Amino acid sequence: MRLRRIKAIAVKEGLQIVRDPRSLMIALLLPLMQMFMFGYGVSLDVQRIPLCVLDNEASQQSRDLIGRFAASRYFSLVRALGGQRDIAPRLDDGTCRIVLVIPSDFSRSLNDTGAGRLQALLDGTDSNTANIAANYAKAVVSAFSISLQLETVQRKGGVPQSLTPVDVEARVWFNEELESRNFIVPGIVALVMAIVGAQLTSLTIAREWERGTMELLISTPVQPMELMIGKLLPYFCVGLADAAICLALAVFWFDVPFRGTVATLFFTTSLFLLVVLSIGYIVSVSIRSQVGASQIALLLTMLPTTLLSGFAFPIDQMPALVQGVTFLVSARYYILILKAVFLKGSGLTALALPILCLALYALVLVVLAARAFRKTLD
Amino acid sequence: MTSESRITVDGLIKRFGDFVALDGISFAVGAGEIMGFLGPNGAGKSTLIRILCGLLRPSGGQASVAGIDVASDPEGVRRRIGYMSQKFSLYGDLSVVENLRFFGGIYGVPRSALDGQVAFVVEMAGLQGREDSLVATLAGGWKQRLALGAAILHRPSVLFLDEPTSGVDPQSRRRFWDLIHRLGADGVSVLVSTHYMDEAEYCNRIALINRGRLITLGTPHEIKARSVAGELLAVEAEDVGRAIAALREAPGVRNVAVFGRLLHVVVDDAAARASELKARLNALGMAGVRTERILPTMEDSFVHLVGRAGRSPEGAA
Ligand SMILES: Nc1ncnc2c1ncn2[C@@H]1O[C@H](COP(=O)(O)OP(=O)(O)OP(=O)(O)O)[C@@H](O)[C@H]1O
Ligand SMILES: [Mg+2]
Repeated sequence: MRLRRIKAIAVKEGLQIVRDPRSLMIALLLPLMQMFMFGYGVSLDVQRIPLCVLDNEASQQSRDLIGRFAASRYFSLVRALGGQRDIAPRLDDGTCRIVLVIPSDFSRSLNDTGAGRLQALLDGTDSNTANIAANYAKAVVSAFSISLQLETVQRKGGVPQSLTPVDVEARVWFNEELESRNFIVPGIVALVMAIVGAQLTSLTIAREWERGTMELLISTPVQPMELMIGKLLPYFCVGLADAAICLALAVFWFDVPFRGTVATLFFTTSLFLLVVLSIGYIVSVSIRSQVGASQIALLLTMLPTTLLSGFAFPIDQMPALVQGVTFLVSARYYILILKAVFLKGSGLTALALPILCLALYALVLVVLAARAFRKTLD
Repeated sequence: MTSESRITVDGLIKRFGDFVALDGISFAVGAGEIMGFLGPNGAGKSTLIRILCGLLRPSGGQASVAGIDVASDPEGVRRRIGYMSQKFSLYGDLSVVENLRFFGGIYGVPRSALDGQVAFVVEMAGLQGREDSLVATLAGGWKQRLALGAAILHRPSVLFLDEPTSGVDPQSRRRFWDLIHRLGADGVSVLVSTHYMDEAEYCNRIALINRGRLITLGTPHEIKARSVAGELLAVEAEDVGRAIAALREAPGVRNVAVFGRLLHVVVDDAAARASELKARLNALGMAGVRTERILPTMEDSFVHLVGRAGRSPEGAA
């Protein structure tokens, strides 16, 4: 492997990127557009989820709880239902997305155990919204139960010692403001980086085949490894610029709190970039047409990232087999890392395991990419 | 094959599936020799050159370039050769100098020598003043000289040029051939393919190939003398189809071929047969028939040899 050749290829590729300002603009504007598209498309409709209640107790506490739901901006109370048989029709005709059923023993169990039992019935056709709605509902309930306990403790004149940890609380612990956006935007960053990253490199080899420059290139002593490194380097720089755009938008436009360090963020983002750039490169090597390579790269990155990374559908609710498959989706690790860095401020040590997985993933793909290329016309 | 051979090809076969693109080709090229490969579309010229550059694996037979076997060590071959592919394959969105520096870097031309080599190639290709022009904006002849320059930047001892002058004006073609001769004089062995018959005359030796077979091999002079057995008459007649049929049956006629608007007729004795043939055509009611004795060109040889090879494959030289 010779540095001289790698440099020659990187310089050539860099010049070609700069000489094609239209593609460069697309490479930089595409993530911007996708961030807005996904950012708004996904998070806007989960505000003011239509809610119906069936209050079987009609006590002070049940009315307080309903009041909290009504006051929350995540739900809008549409109507109070008269009985059990009203539930299904209301969900079916779309009057509401979620029905809160307060059992007749709600207050008693609340006062006995500190946590009341509630039933929430959801319209599962849009599982993403349903899931978010369920989490919101749990959060509202848990906020309600905590304030209730505080009140009890204060009434007794004591100092709050340990509050009964409520199961649902863990789910929203790192997202106190209950903004679905905070959860989703890091996922969107990963999605956009996956799509854009693979797109960047998906054309690079296919273009040389289409333009006929590959025949000459493979008649030279250049080695597949040198070609790959030289070609990925300039796109890695473009990819980092894209990452900076996405991450800046996440923080400054979508107001996702950023508690981690920029260094951790860019280190892990670099690993993920290596993965997606390599995927694009492998596709480009295997499919010698630009249009085909670009589409396959899009499919290969967008589908797993949206479906199997935990971005849109929670992994723990998937069938066991599918859960196993998600370990093969690099975005799974990156999204986990991003959420932790953004919302928890986690550092390298706390994230050692997912970072290791991502690094291993990157290594395997880079090796595959280097080996995918064959210097032959056969 | 002598020890001085830079290229040695022995019984080379290339199959694409069931299709045989090269069918047992053998020849050798010495140091400083300019060897032309002449053949129609689909003859197998590019396939042969690609095998010798290590881009395609041979299906049978042997080939070595600069003393290295192309099948077992294609990388070794690649380091020692220059290649100009049939399709222009420099980067159109890079400038002249950027292209040259790129290939200089790829071939590992020493940094200290690179500037000098680039300047030399720019001068050789007549591209002074266009160093910073994007290659896509250059005219065809200049592109081709630049591609040749990129192929010799690292001073290879063997050069493969696949139809380097196709689609270029005659003046640029002559200039290109001057460059090839300069390289040959410097000891570079050049294997060049073409389907321009006239260009074949510029080569030291020519191999005629058709449908993957080597039909004949020799100097242009030898081939012309060897192939056209007899003397040549150019005949101009109105009804070409009927004229061919009539001429083929005439005594003393060995071959008839169409060359544009003319018929080239190989006869045993041009002086004696000219008037006979004219009378024969006139008798069929054809007016304005003209005949003229001509010297055989490479094209005549080719047509003649291909015709003969078609009738009896073993008869090929
Ligand atoms: N990769 C391939 N797969 C299948 N057939 C091929 C392949 N490459 C070439 N051929 C066939 O082999 C034959 C020889 O092709 P080749 O390109 O060597 O001819 P050529 O003499 O260079 O012709 P031209 O003057 O058109 O360039 C043709 O019939 C072509 O269709
Ligand atoms: Mg060809």
